[in-house]
Amino acid sequence: MDNLFLLILTPLIGAIFLLFVCQHTVAKRGTLILSLITLGLTIPFICQFNASGDFNYEQSYQWISALGVNFHIGIDGISLPLLVLTNVLMPLIVLTTFKKTFKGNFYALMFFMQSGLMLVFSAMDAFTFYVGWEVALIPIYFICALWGDGDRIRVNLKFFIYTFFGSLLMLIAILYLHQQVPTHDFEWHSFVSLDLDASTQRWIFWAFFIAFAIKIPIFPFHTWQPNTYTHAPAAGTMLLAGIMLKMGIYGLMRWLLPVVPEGVALYGHFAMILCVIGIVYASIIAIQQQDAKRIVAYSSIAHVGLISAGVFAWNVTGMGGAMIQMINHGISVIGLFFVLDIIQDRTGSRDLKDLGGIATKAPRLAVLFLIIVMGAIGLPLTNGFIGEFLLLKSVYEYGVWFALFAGLTLILGAVYMLRLYQKTMLGTTSDRTENFTDIRGMEFYTLVIISGLIIYLGIFPNSLLHISSESVSVLATFLGR
Amino acid sequence: MGAIITLSILALLVLYLGLFKANKSLLPVSLIGLLVVIGFLISNWTSESVPLYNGMILFDHYAIAFSVLCVFVTVLVFALSKSYFTSSSDHISEYYTLLLFSLVGAILVNSYHNLALLFLGIEIMSVALYILVGIRKNDPSSNEASIKYFIMGAFSTGFLLFGITLLYGASGTFDLQGIKDYVVNNPNQISPLFYGGILLMIIGLTFKVGAAPFHFWTPDVYDGAPILITSFMSTVVKVASFAGLLRLFTFSLLPLQDFWTPIFLGIAVITLFIGNLSALMQSSFKRMLAYSSISHAGYMLFAIIAVGANSANAIFLYGCAYSLATLTAFAGLILVKRAVGSDHFESFNGLAQKNPYLAAVITIAMLSLAGIPLTAGFIGKFMMFSSVMDHYHIVLLIIAVLNAAVAVYYYLKVVVAMYFRTGEGKLVSINLNYALLFIVTTVLTILIGIYPNCLMELI
Repeated sequence: MDNLFLLILTPLIGAIFLLFVCQHTVAKRGTLILSLITLGLTIPFICQFNASGDFNYEQSYQWISALGVNFHIGIDGISLPLLVLTNVLMPLIVLTTFKKTFKGNFYALMFFMQSGLMLVFSAMDAFTFYVGWEVALIPIYFICALWGDGDRIRVNLKFFIYTFFGSLLMLIAILYLHQQVPTHDFEWHSFVSLDLDASTQRWIFWAFFIAFAIKIPIFPFHTWQPNTYTHAPAAGTMLLAGIMLKMGIYGLMRWLLPVVPEGVALYGHFAMILCVIGIVYASIIAIQQQDAKRIVAYSSIAHVGLISAGVFAWNVTGMGGAMIQMINHGISVIGLFFVLDIIQDRTGSRDLKDLGGIATKAPRLAVLFLIIVMGAIGLPLTNGFIGEFLLLKSVYEYGVWFALFAGLTLILGAVYMLRLYQKTMLGTTSDRTENFTDIRGMEFYTLVIISGLIIYLGIFPNSLLHISSESVSVLATFLGR
Repeated sequence: MGAIITLSILALLVLYLGLFKANKSLLPVSLIGLLVVIGFLISNWTSESVPLYNGMILFDHYAIAFSVLCVFVTVLVFALSKSYFTSSSDHISEYYTLLLFSLVGAILVNSYHNLALLFLGIEIMSVALYILVGIRKNDPSSNEASIKYFIMGAFSTGFLLFGITLLYGASGTFDLQGIKDYVVNNPNQISPLFYGGILLMIIGLTFKVGAAPFHFWTPDVYDGAPILITSFMSTVVKVASFAGLLRLFTFSLLPLQDFWTPIFLGIAVITLFIGNLSALMQSSFKRMLAYSSISHAGYMLFAIIAVGANSANAIFLYGCAYSLATLTAFAGLILVKRAVGSDHFESFNGLAQKNPYLAAVITIAMLSLAGIPLTAGFIGKFMMFSSVMDHYHIVLLIIAVLNAAVAVYYYLKVVVAMYFRTGEGKLVSINLNYALLFIVTTVLTILIGIYPNCLMELI
């Protein structure tokens, strides 16, 4: 039961069936079942995982032999948490769409994307990685542009071209590395054992870095992000923020650091500065937003800025922190966007001016939202705490000044998150929130699951940390190679 | 050889069938004939390839592969022609005949081993097209396109002929092997005439493939010609011309690579920019495809710039991918134009609601043209990029990447129109022939995209 290829294939096959389902009720049930099957198929991988730092469950097939491409997949301690995250979040995202009227094609696109994401997180062959990288992009473009609102066409075109351009830069780097490999393949192992000279490492660093930085997004490559998040449908935003941006951070850890360590040593400092600027800049903008979704969008830039800073600090603490924080951010951000979606559905507005006093009308929502907000701020005993703690510690080890500015994220994060909570939940009710009904049924259970995960991971972070610790140590050995 | 003879007889036969008003039998006879031609070509595959008829023609794997591709694409074009020609003219047998003759020319260009035959092939291919482009007698734009194509084509023929003459003057032979021997045996005393000849040949041949700066005819001619003829020109003619160009430069003139590589490098760069930037500005889907076909010529030139063991395969794969996607796009355009009456992007508005299957196949074609993974176009582009990378023209690659990002924008314009905009409620229907074509091209596009192995080491 631990066939990785089958796991990647399952959503794909499901997607093809779902394409032809036009009824919402059938589609959503089928989707939920399929996503749970995929989640179920993931469990053996977790149970039998050997956290020794090596790759598990490796599978390799000849693919395009003329080009030296193998379909080589495997999982190590960096892949597994993200793979699990993908498969855990999918059913949750599906649950959040239960009250909408999406047809099968919407869910089909979601599953296409899930396959692509799993391919990205398990590829040990650069060509396969690139294919997964692009395959994940196309469906989300359609999801956001078809079911989004407002100026969605222009915004998504920008998003698509931005990321596509980044991918092509990465393709050049991959092709170059492929030329250098004596055996002319695209294997990860071959790439990392290459002995590249300094000048090569420099430009390869940039080619990879820009591709990943656009996706994450790191300042100043973030300009597509707030608009895309705002105009996408809720489920699309969750896919983007919850899972997709982790592709970029994963890329940094899997392909950038080990392949061009000297390039990172040289320019990592600069990247670090960009990350820290992003943290402060996005936080300050988040504080001033009126649109609730934009607050979370900008907060997301700040959070991933901190995660990337942890990666570029390049120590075991930082990368371990990045791993756990990727998971935490995924869970929290989905909770946040879901709550905002519920609010928008009932009041027809995301403008903070129109909202307020929801807590008196919907106490259950208010309590669960509070837990999620606390998780996003990083309060102790919630999932965000341990991640931010590790990340800030690693940045501190890297440089005190960096830590000082990156640490602002704690304070500023509390400011914008509490402001968001206050303006929506507390105070007096407005015209729009007067008839707010509390959450029931599926909405309630979904948020309970999310809050439960937040608290569980806050109390037992080790359940995640030990999976990745060995692989992260292996990654650290590439330092100064 | 059987292939060329069969094809020529077939063309005459079809002409006579038209004379006796057997219009219903035109399509089946042509299709059967073409399948026989494919059979003849494939049966030559294993045989030892030596130049035939005093070294005039050579059916090696290279020629056969490209010829089969050309014939196969023609079969697909014919599949679309069933109701197309009858609606625009009474004399439909001429269409078939001329297309078949043009195909004969294309096969000669694929398989020439003597410059005289290259010239003949190009002329046979082009003259038939001059007529076909202007076949809608009462349409001024069709007439204009025909005249333009004819005059420009005559010019380029002049250049080509002059080039061939100079090569002959210097080397004393028309034979590809002879020219190669001349270049190899006289490394230091190659006549300046010879270099002049190469330059003129480059002009003549880049005109045929529609590369800048000799591309000026392309948009107007593509736009003015009937869509079906345009789809033939932009696939069969282009692929054949590239095959001819590649054969000359990789076989005979390879030792003088240092001389002509920079020229092609320059041509490729201008071609990419002119093609893509002009395509960006278009409001007509047909013109956009015309300009994008210029830009694809730019990508295909990469294989000549970075000439190596894989060049032929790279061009072949790219040609397959490009032909399949272009055919789908043009076939989609025919259907949409028939229903809405215009070939502007707006006429695609809301197609996804009206006909989701058509929208889906056009989307896949666009993704293939843009070079998105899991489509044939990606593998084509990937091979082109990697062949350039072999020679470390990294700047060229970065230019190519910039262009690819621009191209995505205009290819997505169609997708945006189909899926994200709402249009009038006119129904766009697909008849059986078109449905078959779409199934063939789309399945092949995805199949080659996922598993290109079958085509990769063919040549």
